Amino acid sequence: MVRFIVRRMLQMAGVLVVLSMLLFVWLKALPGGPVSAILGERATPERRAALEAALGLDQPVYVQYLRFVERALHGEFGASTAVLPGEDAFQVFLIRLPATIELAIFAMVLAVALGIPLGYFAARRKGSPLDSGAVVFSLIGVAVPVFFTAFLLKYFVAVEWQLLPVSGRQDPSLDATRVTGLFILDGLLTREWDAAWDALRHLILPAVALATIPFAIIFRITRASVLDTMDADFVRTAEAKGLTASVIRSRHVLRNAMLPVVTVIGLSLGGLLAGAILTETVFSFPGIGDAIYQSQRDKDYAVLTVLILASAAIFVIINLLVDIAYAVLDPRIRTR
Amino acid sequence: MTTEPSYAGRRKERIDALAAHSFDETAGVSLIVSAWRRLRRDPVFLFGLGITVVFIVLAVISPWIAPHDPAAAPLLDKVRPQTNPVPGPEPGFPLGADDRGRDLLSRLLVGSRQTLVVGVFATIFGLIGGLFLGILAGSFGGAVDSVVMRIVDVMLSVPSLLLAFTIAALAPRPSQTTLIIAIAIIQVPIFARLLRGSMLGQRSSDHVLAARALGVKKSAIVFRHVLPNSMGPVIVQATLVLAIAIIDAAALSFLGLGSPDDRQPEWGQMLGRSQEFIYDHPHLAVYPALCIITVALGFTLMGESMREALDPKTRR
Repeated sequence: MVRFIVRRMLQMAGVLVVLSMLLFVWLKALPGGPVSAILGERATPERRAALEAALGLDQPVYVQYLRFVERALHGEFGASTAVLPGEDAFQVFLIRLPATIELAIFAMVLAVALGIPLGYFAARRKGSPLDSGAVVFSLIGVAVPVFFTAFLLKYFVAVEWQLLPVSGRQDPSLDATRVTGLFILDGLLTREWDAAWDALRHLILPAVALATIPFAIIFRITRASVLDTMDADFVRTAEAKGLTASVIRSRHVLRNAMLPVVTVIGLSLGGLLAGAILTETVFSFPGIGDAIYQSQRDKDYAVLTVLILASAAIFVIINLLVDIAYAVLDPRIRTR
Repeated sequence: MTTEPSYAGRRKERIDALAAHSFDETAGVSLIVSAWRRLRRDPVFLFGLGITVVFIVLAVISPWIAPHDPAAAPLLDKVRPQTNPVPGPEPGFPLGADDRGRDLLSRLLVGSRQTLVVGVFATIFGLIGGLFLGILAGSFGGAVDSVVMRIVDVMLSVPSLLLAFTIAALAPRPSQTTLIIAIAIIQVPIFARLLRGSMLGQRSSDHVLAARALGVKKSAIVFRHVLPNSMGPVIVQATLVLAIAIIDAAALSFLGLGSPDDRQPEWGQMLGRSQEFIYDHPHLAVYPALCIITVALGFTLMGESMREALDPKTRR
């Protein structure tokens, strides 16, 4: 077990090291480099040399890289130039994080609440119009780019019918109290019901758009898994024993079929991060995805570096936790 | 086989399941023949194939059937930035024009070319990279195999769109080429794992054993005996990758990482550019989006039904 966890953590470190090297090389390759960016093109050679020494740029590349890693581990990436000008880049990440957490959780809840029942009933009525319809729907869901789903929702629900707000997280005029940064939770904690309600209304459209990705996956896995389980020997045994259909369904089929579904839910959480870049951009939802887009567009390199490293870190950590949880639950995995 | 629950684990499993199909030997008919027999009568496959063929034919002949030059601006004098930024349909221009007075229908037709170019080249480059790594790992085995597969696993464990975004954002200036490279790179680990799995499975098979016993050179075994037999799953995966490549290219274009030069129309780029006018003129976004969806659906349906046909579990 310990060996398994250690191996996984080494793998995780590998991902981050490769990514940090990529980003480091890229930051060095930026046109003009940091010295020109600070002093301008016409600085005297003496001043350039002095600044290079001060920044450690006269050191060998590997020393520079190690210093970059050291600063990264301390959360020191420099100041934001465009997303939140003047703010520390790592702070930008912390400020934007709760919005994406709220969005991802809500999207996942939607995907699970729809995907599992639909997958289950599609499997029970395999070949029926309901089943074929749901399968085609999920295939279309894969083929439709998530930002287009987001755009359609925004255009019809928010702009044409004006049922829900077009963009943002909350109406600033509400002047809601902040506790955790999760706006709905804040509203409930402080009993500012209107603030919670407004935050929820802002969350619905982005969450629905984002949920289409995990929904398609959860639906298909549930359907396949229920179909597999219904064919299993122990289900036939249960039928032969004369158990009632409802007992077989709830105790034998559903319970066993849920294992792979639970797995896939864990993993899709990470995938939501990539989808969030697109969804948040469409709805100007101030989370990490929107910040990644903005920092790339406006060349806010400090923020972009933090966000890419942090997103990758979050992703591999989620992966690691899912793996460990499964190794605890299922001893067979440890030996792999 | 036990289930590895991580995101990368899932992706690996899916790839490995596909790789396993190539060396599943059936009595009598070859795998490809029996798969083709099933596919010929599969409406889903035929539908996907139909969309794909129409798309490719259109992409090839579009410059000749497009009513106008997609880069010319015949309706430029109708564009009024304040009152009417996007001229509507009129005789000779069934879908109207874009914000620079260029015929929308012609741009959609000719745009299919660039979309096809991005999809095909990203897939081919991804395939070549994957072939290289896969052959390296699959034919040498041992330490080479371990090193290559660790690299592949690291790449598989980052969400692909995030990786593609990072690669494209690292480029000094966005262009069609950086887009293709970014999407090709995220396909490399998938193809590599697929090929390696399929080649490892064949190493112990009878025909390879026979070739070895006859004293055939190692390279000849790999290129003449093993590789051709691994191609089935690779073709299936390439079909699915084409769909993903087209969608991902559209997503990256939408985020401003595509080609900034819009004289050569491309659907993802048209979609991205349409954002400015999206409330008053949503059709500028809807037409290219529908094209992307249709083509992606075509490749997906074709790929998924081919995957199913190659799957021994569903074969009767």
